[in-house]
Amino acid sequence: MDIFLQQVINGLVQGSLYALVALGYTMVYGIIELVNFAHGEVVMVGALVGLSVIERIASRGDTGWGVIAIGVLVAIPSCMALGLGIERVAYRPLRKAPRLAPLISAIGVSIALQQMAALIWGRNYLHYPDVLSNPQFHIGGAVITQVQLVILATTGILMLLTWLIVQKTALGRAMRASAQNPSVAGLMGVNVDRIIALTFLMGSGLAAVAGVLVGTYYGVGNHTMGFMLGLKAFTAAVLGGIGSLGGAMLGGLLLGVIENLGAGYLGSVTNGTIGSNYSDVLAFLMLIAVLVLRPSGLMGERGSEKV
Amino acid sequence: MPRQLIPLVLSLITLGLVSCGKTSAPNSATSGEMTVLIGASNPMTGPQAHLGKDNENGTRLAIEDANAQGMTIGGKKVKFELVSEDDAADPKTGTIVAQKFVDQKVSGVIGHLNSGTTIPASRIYSEAGIPQISPSATNPKYTHQGFKTAFRVIPNDTQQGGELGRYVASKIGAKTAAVMDDTTQYGQGLANQFEEAAKAAGVMILTHEHTDDKATDFQAILTNIKAKKPDIIFYGGMDAQSGPMMKQIRSLGIPAKFITGDGGCSTEFLSLAGTSGEGAYCSLPGMPIEKMPRGEDFKKHFNAKYGEIQDYAPYCYDAVMVMIDAMKRADSTVPAKYLPELAKSNFDGVTAHISFDDNGDLKGGVITVYQLRSGKWVALETLGAKP
Repeated sequence: MDIFLQQVINGLVQGSLYALVALGYTMVYGIIELVNFAHGEVVMVGALVGLSVIERIASRGDTGWGVIAIGVLVAIPSCMALGLGIERVAYRPLRKAPRLAPLISAIGVSIALQQMAALIWGRNYLHYPDVLSNPQFHIGGAVITQVQLVILATTGILMLLTWLIVQKTALGRAMRASAQNPSVAGLMGVNVDRIIALTFLMGSGLAAVAGVLVGTYYGVGNHTMGFMLGLKAFTAAVLGGIGSLGGAMLGGLLLGVIENLGAGYLGSVTNGTIGSNYSDVLAFLMLIAVLVLRPSGLMGERGSEKV
Repeated sequence: MPRQLIPLVLSLITLGLVSCGKTSAPNSATSGEMTVLIGASNPMTGPQAHLGKDNENGTRLAIEDANAQGMTIGGKKVKFELVSEDDAADPKTGTIVAQKFVDQKVSGVIGHLNSGTTIPASRIYSEAGIPQISPSATNPKYTHQGFKTAFRVIPNDTQQGGELGRYVASKIGAKTAAVMDDTTQYGQGLANQFEEAAKAAGVMILTHEHTDDKATDFQAILTNIKAKKPDIIFYGGMDAQSGPMMKQIRSLGIPAKFITGDGGCSTEFLSLAGTSGEGAYCSLPGMPIEKMPRGEDFKKHFNAKYGEIQDYAPYCYDAVMVMIDAMKRADSTVPAKYLPELAKSNFDGVTAHISFDDNGDLKGGVITVYQLRSGKWVALETLGAKP
């Protein structure tokens, strides 16, 4: 039982990170129906900018959560600027183009960012400085570390905040309106270009936080780290129903837990014929099953409010 | 002809001349100097780029040193030239690189770094008759396919896994072990050899789990392992995984000892694992660099040019030197001519005295076990036949 609990805890932590990244995918998709494949790379840049800042401060001997917080505070504006830049350079000129064009442009941006990061930070796996003592807490035989708790709390707060902004503020209303019908929203006095830019801004900010948290959690940063994470987060967004905020959160958490339980129990259930390395296969099988039964994802509804 | 076209045509002609000159250079009999191409294939991108760069540096250093000696082979002054390619540690890319080397007519190949790329590529070199010396591929299969062109200057995993399995039982005193690998030909091969030897030495293997060579999250697998309470965890794979894995082992509160093969025995592991790595064991084929016949000199020589040695640079250096030595004895750089001499090598290298058995494996190789103590790999013991 304690093992089950441990797998669920690990899954929730991993899943909440997926969810944070998935929010960025789903918000952009909701408004301009574009799968922003460069989003994973924004997370990577956030993680590496954070790493550089944290390393600089840590080398003076400072430790603790304050250092991580400063890393996050520097990473957020960097990623926001990057997100805005990507939208301006790679997507806005293609707004009226066929849908395949911005998709290809997104993949191009993703490769360009990876190579740029490799030039700036090198190709080695970089070590995220140890600035935390990271005490462990025991719950019914399972272990949860302080970093895990902070990840759960931070992602929870950020998800709530995003939901509040989208549902309760004038800005959020404008976003939802632009998602439903950009031209009518424009006629009602909504500056759609500005709203799209703001969506990228929010998504990139969340990506920056996710990047620093991922780096702190696993202790490594590398120019290729955004790729798989982005793919998983995108999967989470599709699983939950792309375009839906709640869907991204649910999809992320679900994907994390399924992966961990899969890795934990596939081996013992199948008596070793299918090992823990098949957990990704299980996760994607789940995705296929969900899409067959509910093509719009768990929480996505055809024609409903997007964003 | 329109005036604008003239520069274009001129440049095309020059290009043609240059490329002709390049392809015919290795065999040109007219010039006094002969250029001999030596291929080196390593992962220069991806998680193992740091090891790839290290290998390339070791190879380049040897080639520069050989050129500085100013050798004459077959009556002509010889200039060796390194052709370095990126195989991304990917078996498919590895075979593409191999084909490229064959098409370029390289005289020999130093590589590849990984067993997973070395084994499929070795067939292509064998068919083209080009000698290949891997500085770091340790999977036994590489030299056991019946290819006359395949050599290595590092002990294989039958030996490494075997020694480690016995070491865990006899010296560390573990009764139970959990085995993990990265499902590559290197990682899984080593893990299987370890498992076999440890079992034979009376260690109970509680579980054998798999991950991959790009993963960073091992919590689910480790949680499984935690439930089984092993005395020691063995990982067959590279440092980019074992470093973060080590951290997660400790943050999950698993008290088990940790041991890994040569893929994790690097300076990179130290920084990735941080303080969690304290007490971890690893093994490297061969002697510790300080105890290698000419290790100290090599270290100084290498550090002055490229900084810290990661793992296999000295082996790359030796691989090049053994190859050139065979060319000298055969008085030819033609693969078919010097290959028989290469098989008969009897060379005092930086890492060891190098001679090959019938398969192309290093004779009398040894394995050294290291432990991480106060942030440094400390050599504990050298196992196996003394050279």
